[in-house]
Amino acid sequence: MKFEGTDSYVATEDLMVAVNAAITLERPLLVKGEPGTGKTILAHEIAKSLGAPLIEWHVKSTTKAQQGLYEYDAVSRLRDSQLGDEKVHDIRNYIRPGKMWEAFTAPERPVLLIDEIDKADIEFPNDLLLELDRMEFHVYETGERVEARVRPIVVITSNNEKELPDAFLRRCFFHYIAFPGTDTMTEIVQVHFPDIQKNLVRTALKAFFEVRGVPGMRKKPSTSELLDWIKLLMAEDIPLEALRSENRKDLIPPLYGALIKNEQDVQLFERLAFLNRREER
Amino acid sequence: MFVDFFLSLKKAKVPVTLREYLMLLEGMEKGVADYNVNEFYFLSRACLVKDERNLDKFDRVFGTCFKGLERIGEDNSLLDEIPKDWLRKIAERVMTPEEMAEIEAMGGLEKLLETLKERLAEQDGRHQGGSKWIGTGGTSPFGAWGYNPEGVRIGQDQGRHNRAVKVWDKRQFKNLDADVEIGTRNIKMALRRLRRFAREGAAEELDLPDTIHSTAHNGGYLDIKMVPERHNAVKVLLLFDAGGSMEPHVRVCEELFSAVRAEFKHLEYFYFHNCLYEGVWKDNRRRYDEVYPVYDLVHTYSADYKLIFVGDATMSPYEITYPNGSVEHWNDEPGAVWMQRMLDVYSHAVWLNPVQESYWRATPSVQLMRQIMGGRMYPLTLDGLDGAMRELSH
Repeated sequence: MKFEGTDSYVATEDLMVAVNAAITLERPLLVKGEPGTGKTILAHEIAKSLGAPLIEWHVKSTTKAQQGLYEYDAVSRLRDSQLGDEKVHDIRNYIRPGKMWEAFTAPERPVLLIDEIDKADIEFPNDLLLELDRMEFHVYETGERVEARVRPIVVITSNNEKELPDAFLRRCFFHYIAFPGTDTMTEIVQVHFPDIQKNLVRTALKAFFEVRGVPGMRKKPSTSELLDWIKLLMAEDIPLEALRSENRKDLIPPLYGALIKNEQDVQLFERLAFLNRREER
Repeated sequence: MFVDFFLSLKKAKVPVTLREYLMLLEGMEKGVADYNVNEFYFLSRACLVKDERNLDKFDRVFGTCFKGLERIGEDNSLLDEIPKDWLRKIAERVMTPEEMAEIEAMGGLEKLLETLKERLAEQDGRHQGGSKWIGTGGTSPFGAWGYNPEGVRIGQDQGRHNRAVKVWDKRQFKNLDADVEIGTRNIKMALRRLRRFAREGAAEELDLPDTIHSTAHNGGYLDIKMVPERHNAVKVLLLFDAGGSMEPHVRVCEELFSAVRAEFKHLEYFYFHNCLYEGVWKDNRRRYDEVYPVYDLVHTYSADYKLIFVGDATMSPYEITYPNGSVEHWNDEPGAVWMQRMLDVYSHAVWLNPVQESYWRATPSVQLMRQIMGGRMYPLTLDGLDGAMRELSH
């Protein structure tokens, strides 16, 4: 089992080493990076390239670690008891397996994605330490033990909203997806739009990196936004000349809505364009 | 095997533990890094670094540790231990196809590596200049800072002609070091430390455990219990120093402001100039017309507000300690008294200073203000912000 990127995902060499280390040593891989650099997609692509099933667990601010293991549905049991249902005598009917349980008991080795772990409460990663380390847990209600048949490939993503506890970090491999440079970006665009003309890519990328380079931007556009923008450019058939910003008359690229998501940033660009026009005069 | 490397990481304050080191060894044993320096670098990075802020430190340590190749000249017994593949792979990475062709013409890479080994064996001691020995600054194909196109670079931070920049020498993660970059998003992240979820207000959510508990008490008849929803209950009072010496720090303050606005539901902000006196204002353009008395401030906002001052605290000490010291108006009481009044009410208070921490000592007023704040002055960097938020959430 070796991950080498797929036809729809460009993996840099360091990312491949990190993923392969996590697969070989059967430890979780923690992925961080700017929003929109393909952290979540990575798990999808690992699953695709290895032909393994993907189990996704999207973490929210209210998610509890226990929910990933199992939940005891007390409300339905209460209702059943009031209705006199026979089911009520077996507690097993009310235990709902969570995503981790699902991953541990999967017939073949799955990829388990724990998405945006930092959204949850600060205790969340700590509560999962043992479960991720030994890949087993205990169900108190029934007294049974759930053990992983094959250790799943665990990919955890974080957006850095909270610091993760050291004990948790020690058990993971870590990879920081750096923002891709022009070369990698060209490759990424080629993978997503194979029929695109070379010069369109070059001009679009130039415009994109120029936009990213403007000082004082509140929200810099990311890879996923670039891809959306290029899709739009292709759909609208924007002529190349409109993209070239050499004349500097309009600094704002066409269809900027896909790239700039903040009215303050739009204002910033308008101001810059205004200054440029004034200089030319 | 890599104990030295591990220890130097530890010395450079990269938080590494034995467990991670063992993980690296396990990875090496299982052949994750294919006896290739680059892959070894990537693997050790994935194992040992757990926070992007430490990536740059790691790169630096890796660079210096693997400068060790230099020492090979002193100890010939090590020589045979460098796998040829490593050298070849470095060479392939470093040289352009044209250069490779040139080398082929001169006898091929094999020969070059052979000669390198011979020279290493012949040479003893450090060498600089000249055209044969391995050293620095010469035209021999071996050594560092030289001009020979097919040179093999040995122990040098960065290729002078950009031929031999290794991944870790690029230091592409420099910007992620916590003391350096600050941007709206980073600030937001730092501010989240201050989040405190509390149940306040109207009861709107079903409290399941309590419902079950009281239903059981009730002999099985449903007894529904409700609780208020959880939300961020932190209240923040922000006081900005505006104008004058703060001009160079406008950008970072703007970023801080926009982050704070997005992060806290209960946020009140006011401006002051240089030091806090009896009045603050909300709109900087109308600062003389719409002055808001500090006494009102204290009475309006309850003591559970967290107080944050943002300012460079750079002024004449008289502006703090003497009545009538203000540069702008006639103040009956010194600034220090007003500061103390605020601090007496708001026990959770910090001062964020955009001036670099190393310059603080040079300015008496910064020292003075820091004293008034009881040491709770933090630089406006990510680390400083982190410390400030920690202080506030105590």
